[in-house]
Amino acid sequence: MIEVKDLHKSFDGEEVLKGLNFVFERGKTNLIIGQSGSGKSVFLKNMLGIFTPEKGIIEYDGKPYSHFTDEERRELRKEIGMVFQGGALFDSMTVKENVMFPLKMFTKMKKSEMEERVDTVLDRVNLVGADDKMPSEISGGMQKRVSIARAIVNQPKYLFCDEPNSGLDPTTATVIDNLIQKITHEFDITTIIITHDMNSVLEIGEKIAFLKDGLLAWTGTKDEIFRTEDKTVTDFVYSSDLFKKVRDAQLKGY
Amino acid sequence: MTYLHSIGEYFLMLKGVFGRMTKRSVLKDLIFKEINELIIGSLGIVCFLSFFIGAVVAIQTALNLNNPLIPKSLVAFAARQSVILEFSPTFISIIMAGKVGSFITSSIGSMRVTEQIDALEVMGINSKNYLIFPKIIAMLTYPFVIAISMFLGILGAYVAAVLGGFVKPDAFITGLQDDFVTFHLIYAFIKTFLFAFILATVPAYHGYYMKGGALEVGQASTTAFVWTSVVLIITNYATTQLLLS
Repeated sequence: MIEVKDLHKSFDGEEVLKGLNFVFERGKTNLIIGQSGSGKSVFLKNMLGIFTPEKGIIEYDGKPYSHFTDEERRELRKEIGMVFQGGALFDSMTVKENVMFPLKMFTKMKKSEMEERVDTVLDRVNLVGADDKMPSEISGGMQKRVSIARAIVNQPKYLFCDEPNSGLDPTTATVIDNLIQKITHEFDITTIIITHDMNSVLEIGEKIAFLKDGLLAWTGTKDEIFRTEDKTVTDFVYSSDLFKKVRDAQLKGY
Repeated sequence: MTYLHSIGEYFLMLKGVFGRMTKRSVLKDLIFKEINELIIGSLGIVCFLSFFIGAVVAIQTALNLNNPLIPKSLVAFAARQSVILEFSPTFISIIMAGKVGSFITSSIGSMRVTEQIDALEVMGINSKNYLIFPKIIAMLTYPFVIAISMFLGILGAYVAAVLGGFVKPDAFITGLQDDFVTFHLIYAFIKTFLFAFILATVPAYHGYYMKGGALEVGQASTTAFVWTSVVLIITNYATTQLLLS
C-alpha cells in the first residue's frame, strides 16, 4: 500500500501538485487519469523518488519515504517494478538479458536459477521463443510485454506503469491491461497505472484517481465512473461519442 | 554563466561516477565490452592513419631537406619527434574524439531519450557509475593504442623514406636513435592518460545530460566532438607548458 498525504511540488515557482491525498491499495490496479499537464507524471516521479516533493508525505506500507535512509531507499527501489511508456528496454541486450538484468544486479542467484525464473516470467507474459531477439526485432506489444516481464521478474511489491498501452492497437492494449491486472492479483502487488486510455479505465480501473490542475478532482472505481455526475470527470471520460453510448447502455442495463 | 553551470555539472557527474559502485561481476563484463567497442574497434583506423601520416611526414621532411650539409638521417629524427610528441598522442586523440566520442555521446544520449537511464535509476542503480565508469576504465588501455600508433607511424616513415629512396636504411636507424630523450616518451604517455580521461568523460557528459529526441542526439554528438577537441587542445598546451618548457 502507498499512501500520499498533502503532496506539493513546484517547478520554477509554478505549483504542479497542490496538495494531493490518495491511498493506492495493495492487490488492486490503481489508475491515475487526467488531462495532459494535470500533474500525473510529476505525481508518479515523486512516488518513485525521482523528484523530491516540497511538502507532503509518501508512505510505503506505513513508512514515510522521507524517513528512509539511503540504504533503505535503495532496498525499496529493488522492490519497485516500472513499465515505461516506451518500454525503456536496454537496446544492447537481448530480450532474455533485459529480463534477467534485475536478477543479475540485485540477487545472488546462480545462472541456472536466473534462467529458470526468466523462462517462467516470459511464459507468464506469453513471450516464449523470443529470448534471443533484440528489442528492435520485436513488435511494440512484445516490447511492452518484455518490459512487464522485466518489471515483475524480481517479484516487486509495487508496480508502476506509465501509459503501458500507448501506441498499441486496441487488441494488444487490452491484452496488456488484462496481463497487468492478472499479475497484480496473482502476486498481490500495489499497481499504479498512469493512463489516458478510457478503455483501460473501464476495463481494469479497480481504483481511479482523477487529477485536474494538480489536485485530486475525483476518486472511485470503474463502476462508479459510469454513475458519476461530476462534470469535470464526465467531460474528460466521455469526451468521445463512443464512450457516451457505452455509458448510456451501461446505465440502461444493457 | 551557462559555461560555468556546465563545468559544475561535469564535475558533479564525475562525483556520481565514482560514487556508489555497480556490482563487481556486472562491472567486469561492462569493462570488457567497452574495451572491445572503444579500443579494439578503433585499432583499424588508428593503424591506417598512423602508418600513412608517418610516411607523409618522412616524405615532406625529405623533400624539404635540400641543403647537402644537413644529414639525411634528420628525416628519421624529425619523423620520430613529430610522431612521438604530437602526432600520435594529440592528432590521434582528435580523431578518437570524433570516432569514440561521438559513439559515447550518441549511445548514452539514446539511452536518455528512450528512458533507459530513468529505468536504471528507478531500479536503484547508480546510472552514472554503470554507464560512465566502465568507459573510463576501458580508456585506461588507450595508451596501448597510442604506443601502436607511434610504432606504425615510425614504420610508415621508414618505409616511405627508404623505399622512396630518400634515406638509406642505416641512416634512418641512426637518425631514429639520435638525441633520444626518454622523458619525451614519458611526457607523451602522461598526456595520453589525460586525453583518455577526457575522451571518456566529456562526450559522456554531453550524452548523459542531453534533452530532447533523436535530432538532439545528433546535435549532442557534434557538440561533444567540438568540446572534446577544445579540451584536448587546451590540455595539450597546458601539459606541454608544464612538462617540457
